[in-house]
This record gives sequence, structure tokens and C-alpha cells, in this order.
Amino acid sequence: MNKPILAGIGLLALACANAHADHLVAIAGPMTGQYASAGDQIRKGAEQAIADINAKGGVLGQKLKLEVGDDACDPKQAVSVANTMVNKKIVFMHGHWCSSSTIPASDVYNEAQIPMATVSTNPQVTERGLKNVFRIMGRDDQQGLVAGGYLADHFKNKKIAVVDDKSAYGKGLADEIAKAMTAKGAKPALRESITAGEKDYSGLVSKLKSAGVEVMAFGGYHTEVALILRQAQQAGLKMTVMGGDTMTNSELVTAAGPAADNVLFTFAPDPRKNAAAAGVVKKFRDAKIEPEGYVMYAYAAMQLFAQAADKAKSTSYKDLEKTMREGSFDTVIGKLSFDAKGDNKLPGFMVYQWKGGQYDYVKK
Amino acid sequence: MALALQQLINGLTLGAVYGLIAIGYTMVYGIIGMINFAHGDIYMVSAFIAVTAFTALSMADISSVPLSLLLVLLVAVLFTSVYGWAVERTAYRPLRGSTRLAPLISAIGMSIFLQNMVQLTQGARVKPIAPVLVGGIDLLSVDGFTVRLAYSQILIVLVTVALMAGFTYLITKTSFGRQQRSCEQDRTMTALLGINVDRTISLTFMLGAALAAVAGVMVTVYYGVVDFYIGFVAGIKAFTAAVLGGIGSLPGAMLGGLIIGLIEAFWAAYLSAEYKDVATFAILILVLMFRPSGLLGRPEVEKV
Repeated sequence: MNKPILAGIGLLALACANAHADHLVAIAGPMTGQYASAGDQIRKGAEQAIADINAKGGVLGQKLKLEVGDDACDPKQAVSVANTMVNKKIVFMHGHWCSSSTIPASDVYNEAQIPMATVSTNPQVTERGLKNVFRIMGRDDQQGLVAGGYLADHFKNKKIAVVDDKSAYGKGLADEIAKAMTAKGAKPALRESITAGEKDYSGLVSKLKSAGVEVMAFGGYHTEVALILRQAQQAGLKMTVMGGDTMTNSELVTAAGPAADNVLFTFAPDPRKNAAAAGVVKKFRDAKIEPEGYVMYAYAAMQLFAQAADKAKSTSYKDLEKTMREGSFDTVIGKLSFDAKGDNKLPGFMVYQWKGGQYDYVKK
Repeated sequence: MALALQQLINGLTLGAVYGLIAIGYTMVYGIIGMINFAHGDIYMVSAFIAVTAFTALSMADISSVPLSLLLVLLVAVLFTSVYGWAVERTAYRPLRGSTRLAPLISAIGMSIFLQNMVQLTQGARVKPIAPVLVGGIDLLSVDGFTVRLAYSQILIVLVTVALMAGFTYLITKTSFGRQQRSCEQDRTMTALLGINVDRTISLTFMLGAALAAVAGVMVTVYYGVVDFYIGFVAGIKAFTAAVLGGIGSLPGAMLGGLIIGLIEAFWAAYLSAEYKDVATFAILILVLMFRPSGLLGRPEVEKV
């Protein structure tokens, strides 16, 4: 064998070794399908965070590289995405987004010993004793308490219906809202379920109208709320909607039109109002990206990984898990620290309102 | 009482849309004996064409509602018929004369292809349009419940009735209708009599697609949002309608559509919105148990 070829092989081997030396971190969520806009937010947040971390020299002297998994909010696809990610030997996962995807996928990551930070809010995500799961968002029982309490306090003597879309997230949230309302003496006038992904909700709308419902608490996603609002408007039914964290999506406004002004929802305190995050917010806005919804959370998840790995001086599962559980991390969504279950210790939820295509804290 | 009337209106509107799509299934089955599973996706494509056309018209500052509706209908029918023709030409005609299963598989493939094509080119996000036809007539008010007939609902029912009348005339009175019916009975004999069978079948596909296009435009006006996945559910419901009414029978398809629309509307209002699909399919099973060829279908006579 002559020298140039040998040298070439040597170079190739070196290049391969270099490529593998990057830390592979992953995001997973609905990149396609009807909730694709949330996946888009996650991707934008994570990409920016990784660019910023790499610009500062990466983690432990190595760059981060992003893998993107698409589960389309389908539990079966989520498990296959999780297996693919495990095969790619990722060291950290931010995802999934839909609770019904996160729950089965987390078992796969747990088995492969990969730490994950998720924004899924169903209590079951952290209630199953999986040590690798960290939640950087609040829980539905906290969310339901805030939403249900707000409804009971502010819509006294009005008829309130509680509706869900039968998903793990939607039903979980709606049950918690109904529970919180009943505890405060405001029993829901109507409890209903719908099938997500349909177009015709006129049956539900007529039922709400004939029951004289003025407020609908909804556990589910923004696409269904937009359709229900549009059809309610057509049927001449004026109602206020109280939703969960999924209503942060501006697609709600494009699809529901001005009717979206009647939507209230609960979400963690707006990270855009966090003074320490001003620089990052400006960076996003300069790139023509509004850091709404999950953008800042994805950014924070990547910061969490980078800080934990730097602190532990390692990316092995044992060290990362221990550091994340015990440490406290400065991220763009505030100080992150976790309890024994892996739930976020940050203060919980605020009530927001859509107004003219923007959302802000509701005025008391 | 008022709720029942409201649900009757909602159910008839929904049923009319199902019926329009169901005719596409039933006609194709009648003439070549296959289920065109890509039909629901043809309807989805037409809804996207309608959204594009509405957006283009609003950019061109055409604000007259009747004019823009007419233009969008024309554009959608034109383009969707071309789709219907192309699907038949590429996916089904080469398989004519092979086993019965081959075109069926090809149809499922076509359905997946169309869905993914729209997802890739148009994106996965929901596409909304600004409300086209707003408002309606308040019919009566009982105990604070106002029965409302939206203008878009009137439009859907009127257009469906007009199309059905025109269609019945086309099939029973014109020479094209005669050619179609003779293709249905015996394709070889029809060809021997000097009728271009391939052309008749192509035209049937185009007609089915045109009706789906009308349904697509109506749904876009009514619900205001479309996404690449709407063809699947609508296709399944319309196929059920066609089977319920008796596949191969045109009035049967319309009847089946109306029945399914009404079942869904009343079940959702009086029992639970959760299980309305269960009700629809349970009734389909019941009907097929006692009338295997559907409500208006004629049982096939086996000749010895």
C-alpha cells in the first residue's frame, strides 16, 4: 500500500473520531402533523441555544450537535423515535411534547439511561418513579388548580362546562380543573368529551348553547379550540374559553380569528418578562423569531444540560442524573431545580389572556 | 324542541357534504367495481385549492361574496377534475384487467401519496381563511335558545340539491349517462357497440372529483380551516355513507350521507359527542346484517 492512501485512511479515521466526539443532544416532538407548530417552536429554541453554547466553546471542550426526532404526537411513533435516538447514542433528550408521547418514550430512555427534560404536564410523566425524567414545566394538577380556582372565583354563578379531547394531556387537565372547581363550590354544569382531529363540533356547540353555558374550560390542544370557537360564533354562541398551556400557540389566533380574544389560559410565568433573559429574547427577535410558547423552554433545556455536564465534568448518565437532581441551574426561564420526583420547583402557573393577537397576564 | 331543530339543520348540512363525497365512491364502484380509496384525498386537495383561490382573490381585492364563491368553485372543480383524471390514468388504468385486488392497493398508495404530497408542499400546519360567509338567520327562540340557520349552511344545502338534480338528469336523460350505465352493465358489449369505454371511465372519475371539489369548497367556507389530514376521516365517513345507502346507487349515496350526518348530529347533542362514531358504525353494521346490499342497493343476481 502506498503512502498517500495510508495517510488518507488515517485522516478519514481522524475525521470520524472527531465527528463522534461531539455531544449528541436531541429534541423530539410533533415536527409534522396537526401540532407541528409546537415542534417548530422547540426546534427554534434548541437550535439557538446550541449555537450560543457552541459559540462559547461548547461543553467540556466539545461542541453540541442536535438530533431532531418527529413523533407527530403519536405514542407508537414516539417509541420508535426514542429507540432511534438511543441507537444514535444521544446523551440528553429534550422532549417529548405531548404527554401521551412522553410517557411511553420515557420508558425507553430510562432503560437506555438517558436523562430527559420535558415540558409535558401530565402528572404521570414523573409519578412513575423514573429517575431519568425531569420536568421543566409545571404539572396539570397545579395547572388545573390555578385554572379551576380562577373560574370559580371570577365566573361565580355562571354556567361552566368542562370539555376534554380524550388525550392523556387533555383529559388529565380537564379532570383537575373540574376537581378544583368542585372543591371551591362551583360544580361544572356539563362534562363532555370530543374526538380530536375532527372538523365538525356543531353538536357540542348546540349542546353548550342549549345548556346556557357561558364559560368552557377545555383540556386539549389549540386546533380544536379554534374550530369550536369558530363554530360557536357561527351559531351565535358567545363564550369564554379557559385552556391550558397549549393555548400559547399563535396558530389559535390565525385559525379562530377575533374570537380568540375570549381565550384565557394558564401557562408558566412568561420567560420573556424575565430580566435575565432579555439578551436571549433580543437575539431571537433579531432573527425574526418571537420567543413565545415553548421556544424559551427548549433553550432552557439545553442550558440545563450544558450546565449540568460542566458541573459534573462528565456526560455519563450517573453523573448527569445526580447533578441535575441536586443542583440549581440559571436558565432563561429562571432558576431551575428539581424535587425527588423530578418535578420543577419553580413557582407554578399564571392566567393569561389573548388580546389582538398577543397574550399577556390577565388583568384582575 | 329548539335543540332538535338546530341539530336537524347541522346534521343535514354535514350529511350533504358526506353525500357529495359518497357519490364519487359509489359511481366509481358502479362502473368498474373498485373502491377508490384516494377519493377522500382528492377532496382534501380540492379544499387546499379552495384556500389558495380564496387567498388569491382576497389579495386581488375581489370582495363580492357571490363572485368570489363562483370563481373559487370554478377553479376548484377544474383543477380537481384534472387530479381525478390523472389519478385514474396513472394508478388505475394500467391495472385494468388484472386481479381485483391490484387497483385497490394502488388506490391506497395513491391516497398516501396525495396526503404526503400536500404535507410536503403546503406544510403540516392548519391553513385558515378569513370567514367568507358570516352571519345567518335566527329562526325561532325557545327558552333563550335561538335556532340559527347560518348562510353557509343554506349555501351547502342549496348547492347539494342543485347538483343532485343536475346529476340525476345527466345519468338518466343524456347520451353520456346512457354510455355510463351501459359500461356499468357490460364493458365488453359496450365497447363492441362503438363506445369509448376508457373515455367514459375517465369522465366518471372526473365527475366524481368535481363533486368532491364542490364538497371541498363548501367545507372550506363552512369550517374555515383545512389541513392535509382531513381527507382521511371524511373519506371513511363518505365510504360508510356509500355502503349504507347501497354501493353503486346514486340516491343511496346521498341518503346514506344524510343518515350519517343526522345520526352524528343527534347523538352528539343528546347522548355524548364522545361516542358518535361508534353510533354511526354500529348502525352501519345493523343495516348490513339485515340488508347486505345497503338501503337502496340491489342484490347482485347470479346468472347460471
